[in-house]
Amino acid sequence: MMSQIPPEFIVKIDYDTCRRCRRCVMNCSFGCMQFKDRVVPDHKKCVACHRCVTFCPESAISITKNELTYKDSANWLPETRQNILKQAETGGILLTGMGNPRPYQILWDHMLIDACQVTNPSIDPLREPMELRTFLGRKPNRLEFTRDGNDEIELSTELQPQVKLDVPIVFAAMSYGAISLNAHRALAMAAKNSGTLMNTGEGGIHKDLDSYTDNIVVQVASGRFGVTSEYLNSSAMVEIKIGQGAKPGIGGHLPGEKVGEDISKTRMIPVGTDALSPAPHHDIYSIEDLSQLIYAIKEATDYTKPVSVKISAVHNVAAIASGIVRAGADAVTIDGFRGGTGASPMVIRDNVGIPIELALAAVDQRLRDEGIRNNASILCAGSIRNSGDVAKAIALGADAVVIGTAALVAMGCRVCQKCYTGNCAWGIATQKPELVRRLDPQVGAERLSNLVTAWGYELQEILGSLGVNSIESLRGSRERLRGIDLDEQTLKLLGIKPAGIGQ
Amino acid sequence: MYYRKLNSMIRDAVKEGETEFILDNVNGQRYIGNGINEKVSITINGVPGNDLAMFMNGPDLVINANAQDGVANTMNAGEIIIHGSAGDVLGYGMRGGKMYIKGNVGYRTGIHMKQYKKQIPVIIAGGTAGDFFGEYMAGGVLVLLGLDRDENTPIAGNYLGTGMHGGVIYIRGEVEEYTLGKEVSVLDPDAKDEKLLTKHLSEYCKHFGLDLDELLSKPFIKLIPVSSRPYGNMYAY
Repeated sequence: MMSQIPPEFIVKIDYDTCRRCRRCVMNCSFGCMQFKDRVVPDHKKCVACHRCVTFCPESAISITKNELTYKDSANWLPETRQNILKQAETGGILLTGMGNPRPYQILWDHMLIDACQVTNPSIDPLREPMELRTFLGRKPNRLEFTRDGNDEIELSTELQPQVKLDVPIVFAAMSYGAISLNAHRALAMAAKNSGTLMNTGEGGIHKDLDSYTDNIVVQVASGRFGVTSEYLNSSAMVEIKIGQGAKPGIGGHLPGEKVGEDISKTRMIPVGTDALSPAPHHDIYSIEDLSQLIYAIKEATDYTKPVSVKISAVHNVAAIASGIVRAGADAVTIDGFRGGTGASPMVIRDNVGIPIELALAAVDQRLRDEGIRNNASILCAGSIRNSGDVAKAIALGADAVVIGTAALVAMGCRVCQKCYTGNCAWGIATQKPELVRRLDPQVGAERLSNLVTAWGYELQEILGSLGVNSIESLRGSRERLRGIDLDEQTLKLLGIKPAGIGQ
Repeated sequence: MYYRKLNSMIRDAVKEGETEFILDNVNGQRYIGNGINEKVSITINGVPGNDLAMFMNGPDLVINANAQDGVANTMNAGEIIIHGSAGDVLGYGMRGGKMYIKGNVGYRTGIHMKQYKKQIPVIIAGGTAGDFFGEYMAGGVLVLLGLDRDENTPIAGNYLGTGMHGGVIYIRGEVEEYTLGKEVSVLDPDAKDEKLLTKHLSEYCKHFGLDLDELLSKPFIKLIPVSSRPYGNMYAY
């Protein structure tokens, strides 16, 4: 069948300045650029990953939207029509990558942070200590102290295992398989440099990351790929993956063509077979079953590590989170509907789940109301874009935030949403050796560490302007947030007052 | 005794070099053998609780009673002999080692079982199985013998091998076509299969005092997946 899908982008080459060095041809991993007597683009293959644009020494390439490909309609948008054409030609489920791109209201952008003036002085973070340190894990209900013979006071309460973060920002779960080994290396190195955590996702762990144990969260998902007692113990924390914001209720599926020699080794499956992680864990059908898995992991790690449970933000998230905490989890990760993915059916990514802002507010409030908020840390994921989002999330009740897409962008990702093709031109979401090589783990780590450092400085500025000297003082302090352009019900759900109201 | 204390005692003793354990009066304690990486032997007198031998990597277990749900969950290596029946979700994600069950098994036995190079897990159940036997199976060997059942009891439940994309299932007897998952096809075992069956079944017979010739006297069927990529064609790129 002849394809009727018009090109989404037009690649323009300025032949006056083009030196015909063919660097664009070598860099294009989607087969768009060909060299005949000069560079000739096949517009249909362009995904706007901007690899060629970035690497053209003469800046001779520009990519534009293919305007008026489809006659204007405010209802039948170009992508809507393109998707119909694609499905008419293939009969398949539309796959996509990255987070939800649709123009839903972003509630972070409708919240504003307070600052001190005159009567309650702000603090200058350049001169005064600012504490961003955060501990993840179950906190005791109360602390008890005893006095020893020398009249020294000692803590007598037995503390549960905690993970120390120098900044309240951790890297999201992205499996080796979905992303490349070099990307995993960069994340691990950066986590170590920045005193935070990376997360293996559900694809096991490559032996190259052995020396990063204290900065790694290992994930246990329904496929149990690469999960052994050694794997569980090579970590700072263990996470049970129930759901992911980009595809709530949907499992993972690493296609067989991505399962090469190395992936096969970490996932512990034969080369070329599909790695299927269905949505449910088949040993979990209730909160009691979840508790059974949590304690199985605690037994296997001798109660030395916190166990967290990751869920996507869905309608009933508060009650679910309460169940998870009561089941014995030491941390809950909530992933909102704008969270990213390596591959998801588009209809799920774009239509299922709820915004992280509302989910976070609901979970924090529910756990407080039930008097169990201290039993678990809350990690907030699903499109945290800048340090402003981080501060707002922490004020809404998060202990720390989780960044996936932001981390990928720092490493070079252009959010072209083609992760599922395995052709990532930036060496991130690919397993092709010639592409993986493009991402230098050292450089990637430096860029990631820079991002975390920069956001850390900005958080300190925000804390200073709020007149507090520790992130702990902002945590759950919704009084320091105000809503703008939000309806009464949303304000109520977020637990914040509208802008303009004082104390 | 609470499971946490029992398992901590076992782990401590293993650390100190103890290699043989006999646990009497076991009554539902969970996680026995969980995450133990040493080659020790544990005899369990009584019914152990759920997730017996989860993440286990080495030990030999003998259970002189029935076992509950989740035995050999995500197990890596070792041997489990159950002198009775066992519950649901046995061998979930099991990647190596052996589990021999004298009696019946519940739902979802061998789900997600996988293999990697020389690590090929084997589960043999002497009686009948519930629904979803070998669901999502990606590797390993499942054998179902159907001994000691009356004529009206089917050997396996519905959705047999549903989602299967690797490994092999042998069943001693016939199954109705409608009980099969759509991802499996039924074949007659060839000489290589018979050799494999003889090897595993002779071990099985030794543990339970059964006669190998009698076991092999009835024909087996062999179930294998149609494809290692069952869902490869469902997507538009």
